Amino acid sequence: MSISEQWIAFMTILRKEIKRFTRIWIQTLLPPAITMILYFVIFGKLIGSRIGDMAGFSYIDFVAPGLIMMAIITNSYANVSSSFFSAKFQRSVEEILVSPTPNYIILLGFVIGGVARGMAVGIIVTLMALFFTDLKVAHWFITLFIVLMTSVLFSLAGFINAVYANSFDDISIIPTFVLTPLTYFGGVFYSISLLPDFWQQVSIFNPILHMVNAFRYGILGITDVHIGAAFAGITLCVILLFVVALHLLKTGNRLRA
Amino acid sequence: MTPALSLRNLRKVYNEKFEALKGISLDVMPGDFFAVLGPNGAGKSTTIGIISSLVRKTSGTVEVFGKNIDIDFSAAKKFLGVVPQEFNFSMFEKVQDIVLQQAGYYGMKSAEARSQTEYYLKQLSLWDKRDTAARMLSGGMKRRLMIARALVHGPQLLILDEPTAGVDIELRRSMWDFLREINAAGTTIILTTHYLEEAESLCRNVAIIDQGLIVQNTSVKNLLQQLNKEVFIFDVQETLSSLPVIEGHRVARIDDHSFEVDIEKGQSLNMVFEQLTAQQFRIISMRNKANRLEELFVSLVNANKDSSQVGSEV
Repeated sequence: MSISEQWIAFMTILRKEIKRFTRIWIQTLLPPAITMILYFVIFGKLIGSRIGDMAGFSYIDFVAPGLIMMAIITNSYANVSSSFFSAKFQRSVEEILVSPTPNYIILLGFVIGGVARGMAVGIIVTLMALFFTDLKVAHWFITLFIVLMTSVLFSLAGFINAVYANSFDDISIIPTFVLTPLTYFGGVFYSISLLPDFWQQVSIFNPILHMVNAFRYGILGITDVHIGAAFAGITLCVILLFVVALHLLKTGNRLRA
Repeated sequence: MTPALSLRNLRKVYNEKFEALKGISLDVMPGDFFAVLGPNGAGKSTTIGIISSLVRKTSGTVEVFGKNIDIDFSAAKKFLGVVPQEFNFSMFEKVQDIVLQQAGYYGMKSAEARSQTEYYLKQLSLWDKRDTAARMLSGGMKRRLMIARALVHGPQLLILDEPTAGVDIELRRSMWDFLREINAAGTTIILTTHYLEEAESLCRNVAIIDQGLIVQNTSVKNLLQQLNKEVFIFDVQETLSSLPVIEGHRVARIDDHSFEVDIEKGQSLNMVFEQLTAQQFRIISMRNKANRLEELFVSLVNANKDSSQVGSEV
């Protein structure tokens, strides 16, 4: 396939993905908005006012970046895992597999589709946040880089999950039992400086802590982790998962008989 | 001339246990209308799966118009259109979107993709349903949608895996006409089917696969010539009080108004009619008892079973 044909194939997959999540916006775009409003009302206004400041910011300002990042992570992951597994389940993925579309274009199409939903939800949630707090971005480049890379990372993870999944239960296990606990213990609602030393050291191994803190640094200019290390870690994870996902497509493992 | 499809020593072993294909080799020439016949589990769909890259082969080579699918998969796949046995499109998408997307996966520009989509949806009487979700279509419409989707990028080789399974007779005939048209326009067609009448009616050449081996690869005409005997059914006007006696032929009653007669290769139908006329039988119609190809198919498959049993006993 020529480069222009590959571009057309990529845009076809991407358009299909965007069309899919916007068609079912009540399932994909509305719930994060409602959930965020609830978080801001309960943790920000009702409980937050009693907690007081955290790391020099009001509690609602402190949790806002984490809540936005949490929505981006879960939606990027869910989009690719559910879309690719549905395509596998209905066998419509065969439409792409029999075509001359190269594997990396297939992967990019689904992953950027996940990023598109992650970004759409990120924007919606940020707009919701602006009703409750006055967000100012301290470091634009860091903010955008971290948002984008985190979304790519979890889209890739969702893709790998979908390849291995045999049932719809299999694509909800990781979000429920891995992603949610890691996110809640990933410094969304608290600074790890509040934890005892041992748990601070344990928390360092939680990858979501680095993403949330890097994003918080981009918005508020404060962080519990080393930003350079967070950048490097996220980039390495993206490269690693991209290679794994591409290998799965190339070998046809769980996709071709 | 480069074959449209060339298979060499194609083997497929599932889970290191079941050998679905035992090294088949096959050439299909450009412009051919080729049938692949075989009982359930013979290896037909596995063969198609390997050609379309949905099944990973254990060994062997596949070339589509001279392009090896392992070396130049992009070029090989451009030549190929595949209509699988089972529906494999998103049931939530609109008919037109499904075909347009397929064109996109082949890198077709928007304007060309739209005109080709419109052309094939009209050809297959689906244009009125273009904005309908695929799940709302009838079974026959879904089959036609898969054909439109397979043709949208203009493949030179179209492979259909039992395309008329579960389709009513009227629709089956119209699909046959459509397939004949595109074959006449130059598209090579390979068809797997359970309807042997379909192969006899449409195809020029045929391969019969059984237990992962090709047991016959010849023209439909040659295949039919291998039949030594045909059974004809004669319908008579009067109630049969007794059966006619026809020298050199087996005659058996079917009901009060019909009987069957065995006619071997080289025997004259004229002589049969002469004897029936002499015995005052007024024939009002005559037909073949069974599809001739079906008889031959059963005999070939049975012969293959017998030989493999003998082999296993040794």
